[in-house]
Amino acid sequence: MAERAEPIKPRSGPKRDFAPWADLAALPLVRFEQVTKRFGAISAVDRLSLDIFAGEFFALLGPSGCGKTTLLRLVAGFEAPEEGRILLEGADLARTPPYRRPTNMMFQSYALFPHLTVEQNIAFGLEQERMPKPQVDARVAEMLALVKLEGFSRRKPDQLSGGERQRVALARALAKRPKVLLLDEPMAALDKKLRGETQFELIELQARLGTTFVIVTHDQEEAMVLADRMAVMERGRIVQVGTPAEIYEQPNSRYVADFVGDVNLLEGRLATTGPGESLVHGNGGVALRIAQPVDAAPGALVWVALRPEKVRIGIARPAEAHENALAGTVVDVGYLGNLSVYKVRLDDGALMKASVGNQARAIERAIGWNDRVWLSWPPEAAIVLTR
Amino acid sequence: MLGKAGTAGGVSRWRGAVVIPYAWLIAFFLVPFLIVFKISLSETAIAQPPYLPVLDFSAGWDGFKRFLAGLSFENYTALASDRLYLAAYLKSLEVAAFSTLMLLVLGYPFAYAMARAPRRLQAMLVMLVVLPFWTSFLIRVYAWINILQRDGLLNQMLLAFGLVEEPVGWLSTNTAVYIGIVYSYFPFMVLPLYAALEKIEVSLHEAAADLGAPPWKAFWGITVPLSRPGIVAGSLLCFIPIVGEFVIPDLLGGSATLMIGQTLWTEFFANRDWPIASAVAVALLCLLIVPILIYQHQQARAIEQGR
Repeated sequence: MAERAEPIKPRSGPKRDFAPWADLAALPLVRFEQVTKRFGAISAVDRLSLDIFAGEFFALLGPSGCGKTTLLRLVAGFEAPEEGRILLEGADLARTPPYRRPTNMMFQSYALFPHLTVEQNIAFGLEQERMPKPQVDARVAEMLALVKLEGFSRRKPDQLSGGERQRVALARALAKRPKVLLLDEPMAALDKKLRGETQFELIELQARLGTTFVIVTHDQEEAMVLADRMAVMERGRIVQVGTPAEIYEQPNSRYVADFVGDVNLLEGRLATTGPGESLVHGNGGVALRIAQPVDAAPGALVWVALRPEKVRIGIARPAEAHENALAGTVVDVGYLGNLSVYKVRLDDGALMKASVGNQARAIERAIGWNDRVWLSWPPEAAIVLTR
Repeated sequence: MLGKAGTAGGVSRWRGAVVIPYAWLIAFFLVPFLIVFKISLSETAIAQPPYLPVLDFSAGWDGFKRFLAGLSFENYTALASDRLYLAAYLKSLEVAAFSTLMLLVLGYPFAYAMARAPRRLQAMLVMLVVLPFWTSFLIRVYAWINILQRDGLLNQMLLAFGLVEEPVGWLSTNTAVYIGIVYSYFPFMVLPLYAALEKIEVSLHEAAADLGAPPWKAFWGITVPLSRPGIVAGSLLCFIPIVGEFVIPDLLGGSATLMIGQTLWTEFFANRDWPIASAVAVALLCLLIVPILIYQHQQARAIEQGR
């Protein structure tokens, strides 16, 4: 790791065709094999297996207490698994102490050394590997430029704003050119606007460096914006792994559908299923058409999942015969500026949401409270969940 | 910052509160000090009070002038020229410095272990460190006489384990003084160290390890510098009173360990030489002003950084 620092070159083009997880021959950079970590009687991580590939921006998403941070700490070496193995480039990490692992962590609290200047904080890791002074200085300058903090080198952490501290933490974690950068809720302490800007800078940085980033977040939007792939976790286990689009469009359970984005879940019984079309009998007796086969026996309890933005709302019943249509009454209209969200009480008592983009500057909305409306969507818009 | 917090009335009330510590210091430190300082400039007399001159208010301005003319720095010259005093000062500094070092070496691992103990245990450990204060200091030092005497607990144990052939004469030695001092001042070293160490976030240790620092390097590079305020506070809290320590060397030490506190006692009570005793005290204070100023500077810096 002590060789001459190469200046960072921008990667050619965006990460368009980047999908090492789809390549069966590709070897993962980090592999979890049936990893279990318990705290007392609670399994923070429960027989978890996962592959993360070199160059990925990977997000671990889940509510607090789902084990995502523990997973990160297991890679860093601050926790040791009770069962299973964690492999880095095929080698078991079990016997490697944290200070010998080629991983670096950006802490949620940033954990900057308060008695050291920005410069000394960034240099700390480099000095541990006895890098010669001129190289350390060059690398520190490079890192400061990378996070746009030139001129801040002599400041102490308590003389920095929250956003600046966050950048120092990032620079310090990247200075050693880790094989994997672990980010523990890196933007939790930033305000919303700064978070948005920082997210895009982080994406750009990751693409330029090509370093594998593993980020832990409870913010589904953040995970979707940042990640090439994401894992949705629940109680120490991974519920689903996939690209943000896969997770959003093809959630494998009500838990994932509900956690990632907004969703309408309509309970029903599967009537018929075939390669091109399935039919679900909703609770109100209506038949819902779905343009996909369902892996369940007819009569099984299923849920039709439908994103609010895929629902059309209108005063008249839609003309297309194959469209699914449900009648109801508007009980709430939420104006969010860029879109309006309608909450509709269906005639069977269920509540559904429909969101409509506000293209025109419609001050007076055509649909308002207590209006009778029709909600409709094509069969391709919804999916059926069996759990 | 504080002005912003309150209304005009609140600010003036807050300013009024400042008077309290000043009034306290004037009444219980400055005035007594001036009295002692005045006595140190007097000369002994077989009288009541046992020194001259005494300010005679009835004599008016002339009396005051005569009073001023009667003062002299003779006692300080005597102090500087007599090897006995110099030796006692040096001995006190030596004992204080060496004891403080021992306290630091023993107290640091102790405080570190306390700070790293599970949260719910920490309060209890602090309690245990403070617990000896519930017994009188004098009684605890007397207890050490019992432990250290020829047929005391320590010798009995050493004999039982076969570590010594015959009882060791612990009492009236430097060792006994050091044992007594280290034992008595231990909480004063441990508590500031613990307070400083306990404040260091665990994530800083993790960050140091994450950046490639093995435990001992993380300790020297992160833990020690961050606990510096505790090291300084603990050292000064021990060093300053140990220099003037009287009870421990008097009860446990022999005639070889004559510290300045004992010299002062002798001058005052045995020789009834108040002026020279006062001069010893004033000189001691001047000697200790240096570390006190260092301590103050440190405190001010810590407060500055804490903001």
